[in-house]
Amino acid sequence: MAYQLNVNGKAMTADVEPDTPLLWVLRDTLGLVGTKYGCGIAQCGACTVHADGAPIRACMTPIEVIGDAKITTIEGASALPVGARVQKAWSELDVAQCGYCQPGQIMSATALLSQNPSPTDDDIDAAMAGNICRCATYVRIRAAIKRAAGQEA
Amino acid sequence: MGVISNITEGFSPSRRAVLASGAAGGLVLAFSFAGKGAAADSLAKLNAYVQIAPDGIVTIVSKNPEIGQGIKTSLPMLIAEELDVDWANVRTVQAGNDPVAYGRQFAGGSMATPLHWDQLRQVGAAGRAMLMAAAAADWGVDAASLTTEPGVVVHAASRRRATYGSLAAKAAAQTAPELSSLKLKDASAYRIIGQPIPQVDTAAIVTGQPLFGIDMRLPGMLYAAYAKAPVFGAKVASVDLAAAQGIKGVRKAFVVEGGTELDGLLPGVAVVADSWWAAEKARQALNIQWADHPTSSQSTPGYAGQARSLTAAKGGKTLRSDGDVEAALAASAKTVEADYFYPFLSHATLEPQNCTAHFHHGKMEIWAPTQLPEPGRQLVATTLGIAPENVIVHMTRSGGGFGRRLMNDYMVEAAWIAREAGAPVKLVWTREDDMRHDFYRPAGFHHFRGGVDASGNITAWANHFVTFGEGEATARSAGMAPTEFPAQFLGNYKLDVSMMPLGVPTGPLRAPGSNAIAFVVQSFIDELAHAGGVDPVEMRLRLLGNAAAADGQGGLNAERMAGVVRLAAEKAGWGKTTLGPRQGQGIAFHYSHLGYFAEVAQVAVADDGTVKVEKVWVAADVGRQIINPVGALNQIEGSVIDGISEMFGEITIKDGQVEQANFDTFPLLRIHDAPVIETHFLKSDNPPTGLGEPALPPVVPAVTNAIFAATGKRVRSLPLKASELAAG
Repeated sequence: MAYQLNVNGKAMTADVEPDTPLLWVLRDTLGLVGTKYGCGIAQCGACTVHADGAPIRACMTPIEVIGDAKITTIEGASALPVGARVQKAWSELDVAQCGYCQPGQIMSATALLSQNPSPTDDDIDAAMAGNICRCATYVRIRAAIKRAAGQEA
Repeated sequence: MGVISNITEGFSPSRRAVLASGAAGGLVLAFSFAGKGAAADSLAKLNAYVQIAPDGIVTIVSKNPEIGQGIKTSLPMLIAEELDVDWANVRTVQAGNDPVAYGRQFAGGSMATPLHWDQLRQVGAAGRAMLMAAAAADWGVDAASLTTEPGVVVHAASRRRATYGSLAAKAAAQTAPELSSLKLKDASAYRIIGQPIPQVDTAAIVTGQPLFGIDMRLPGMLYAAYAKAPVFGAKVASVDLAAAQGIKGVRKAFVVEGGTELDGLLPGVAVVADSWWAAEKARQALNIQWADHPTSSQSTPGYAGQARSLTAAKGGKTLRSDGDVEAALAASAKTVEADYFYPFLSHATLEPQNCTAHFHHGKMEIWAPTQLPEPGRQLVATTLGIAPENVIVHMTRSGGGFGRRLMNDYMVEAAWIAREAGAPVKLVWTREDDMRHDFYRPAGFHHFRGGVDASGNITAWANHFVTFGEGEATARSAGMAPTEFPAQFLGNYKLDVSMMPLGVPTGPLRAPGSNAIAFVVQSFIDELAHAGGVDPVEMRLRLLGNAAAADGQGGLNAERMAGVVRLAAEKAGWGKTTLGPRQGQGIAFHYSHLGYFAEVAQVAVADDGTVKVEKVWVAADVGRQIINPVGALNQIEGSVIDGISEMFGEITIKDGQVEQANFDTFPLLRIHDAPVIETHFLKSDNPPTGLGEPALPPVVPAVTNAIFAATGKRVRSLPLKASELAAG
C-alpha cells in the first residue's frame, strides 16, 4: 500500500505493508539509515525520531498510524534550531564512542530542550532514560545537553 | 559500487596500485623494508599509509577496525605528528582488510597503542624525511640543514620554503629511509599528540550519515533473516518453507545445512526478501522444528550443581603451587573460606550482528562490522570453498565491539546466503538473535581459602577455580593464568582448576578473564583485610610490598600499582570522608592490557537493597603519554560504567538455551544510574599503552567492597540482588 509521508519537510511515498514499522520504512524504503535499529521493542531508543516534534520509537510504530504527522529524523535535525545546537554540543564535547546510539540520543535531547529549555538533572534523567548507550557515554550526554541549554556543566 | 562513500573508499588493491604508480599526483609512501628478524618482518608489511595532494591535504590510512575505541583518530595522529602536518589538513580513511599491506589488523586486547606507538610515528617521520630529501635535491642543499613547520619544509639559511603539496610528487620518488635511522620528536615538541582531538567521524555521527555495517546499501540489494536453533548447533528437523515464500516480498527461503563448529556456519533457515521487514515476518512463519541435540539438557542450575560437586571433591589440576598452603593455613591466626560466582554475560553491541555480501565474477565481496577481518575471510573461504584471494573484506565502522566481533559467524552466514540468493544481500540479526547467539563471557566458580597472621598479614591463598572445558581444552576465555595476582606476591599460593563440559559458546568480553577475575580476587583480598583488622588500602599496599618475584612473566610491576592505589585513595579521601548510614567506599586494583588501574567506588545502599554507585575515582598509569585525552577519558568513563552495568545482568541457560532475549530481560545501565567519575593519570616513564579495557575490571570489586563497607554484607555472587542487601 502506498503511504504519503512528510519526512524532514519533504513529501515522500512508501509502498509498504501497513504493519511495517516506520524504522524500516525510513531505513530500507527511503534510504534514511541514520535512524538505528537496536532492539525492536522500544527498550533502547536508538530508533527515536520526532512525530510533530514529539519523540517516538520508530521500531514499534507501524506506518499505518503515521497519518499526516510530520516526521523528523536525525538527517533533518540540523534544520531545527534546537537540533543544530544539540549536534554542535555533541561535537564539541565529542560525546560519541561507537556512535551507534547517538542519533537516537540527539533526537531525544532535541525533543527535551524544545519543550524544556532549562532542564534539571532530574528532567534529563526522565527524558533520556529510554536511550541506552552501550558504550556508556552518559557523562558526556548529560554535559552536552547542559551545554546545548546554555548551562555549562 | 557501494552507495556509502566512507565505507567503500577503503584502499582496495586496485586503487592502491593506481596510487602507487603516482597517478594521483601526490606522495604515496609505499614502504618495503627488507630487514630481518621479528620486528623488521612486521615492518615489511607496512604500505601506503600516507597520501599528500598538491593542495596540501594529507590523507592518512587507519589500518585497524573502528569499534568506538577511537583508533581511526588516534593512529593517524601518530603519523601526522611526525610527518609534521596541521591536523586540520588531515583526512583519514579506513583501510580494507589487507594483511600484506598493513600486517595484522584487529581491534582487541587494547593492543593498538602499544603495537603502533613507535611504528606509526616512524611511518610519519619517514614521510617527513622524504619530503625534506626532495626539497634538498631541488635547492641543492644538505637535507640536514632543513627543518619543517607543519606542512612546509624550511631552509632557514636561505629563507626558502616549500609546501608539502608542492614537494609531494618528487618526494614519492625518494628512497624510503631506514626506520631505525629516523630521529623522533621529543615529547615537548608535540603539536598533535596529547591534544584533545575529536573523533574524525564525529560530524557524520551527529548528523546520521551512513557509517556502520548495518547502513550498507548496494544497488539491487536484498535483505536476509536467518533462523538458528535456540540450542546451539541443533539441526533443522522440519520447516514450512512454503509459508515463508507466500509472504509478499519474499524472494527465497532455504535450509542451510551448516556445520558443527559453534563459531562457524551453524544450521538454520534463511529468508531473502525485498525488505528486511518482509524477511523477518516470513522467518516467523517458518514453523521450524529443531532436532534433538546432546546439550539440550544443560542449565544454569545444572552447572551450579556440578560446580558444587567438583568443589567438594577438592580435585582439579594444580596450575600453581608455591610453598605449603595447608601448613600455612593451619598456622594462621584466622582463616576465611568463601565461594564466589559470576554469571554468563552477553556483549549486546547496540548494532546487532549484520553483514552485507555480494558474490560476483567469482569473487565474494563482503562489508562487515568486524574486529578481526582476516580470520573472517579465511572462514568464508574455507566454508564456501572459495580461494581466499577471491574473498574481499571491507571493514565498516562497528556499533560497538566489546569482543563480540572477534568472531565472524555473521560474516560466513551472509556470504553463504548471498551466494545462494544470487544477489547482494544484507543479513541483519534481530536483537533476539544477537542475545541468544552470542559468545558469552563464561560464568565461573571460585572456592577460596585464605589466612592471616596475628598482624593481619596474609599467610596463604588457595583458589579452586571451577570453569568450563573438556579434556585439556578450556572453553574460550574461561581460563585463568597461574601468574594472576596475588601469585608471586605470596609464599604460600595454590591455584587448582576443574572443568565441566559446556554446550554454550563463550568468548572474550571486554577485558576478558580480568572482568571476572578482578571481582573475585580483589573481593577476597578485602575479606582477608577485614579478617585481619587491616585497612583495605593498607592491606593492598602490604601485598604489593611483597614484590619478591614481581614483574616476572605475566606479572605486574608492584611499584606502578602501588602508585595508583595511593593516588586513588588520596583523591577519594579514603578514611577521611564522612559517610552516611548505608554509604561506603571500596577500593580495588587490577593489572590488565599493560595498564595499571586502581579505583575507589562510593555507594549508597537503600533500605530496600537498591545499590546506587555515587562516584568512582580512577587512578591510571598507562605510561608517559596520553595520546588523545578526549578519547582517553571517554574510554575510561565508558569502561567504568560498563563494568557497573555488568553487575546487574546475567545470561542464564535452560534446556540448553539462553533465557534472555532483549534489553527487557538483560538490562543495561541507563543515564540516571551513571555515577560521577573522576579520573587521574599517574604519568610514569613507560611507553604508552591502551585504554579500551583496563579501566573496567577494578570497578566491579570496588563496588562490591563498597557495598560491604556500607552494609556489612559481602557480595560473593553476581548479579547484585537487592533482596540480599536490604536493611535488617
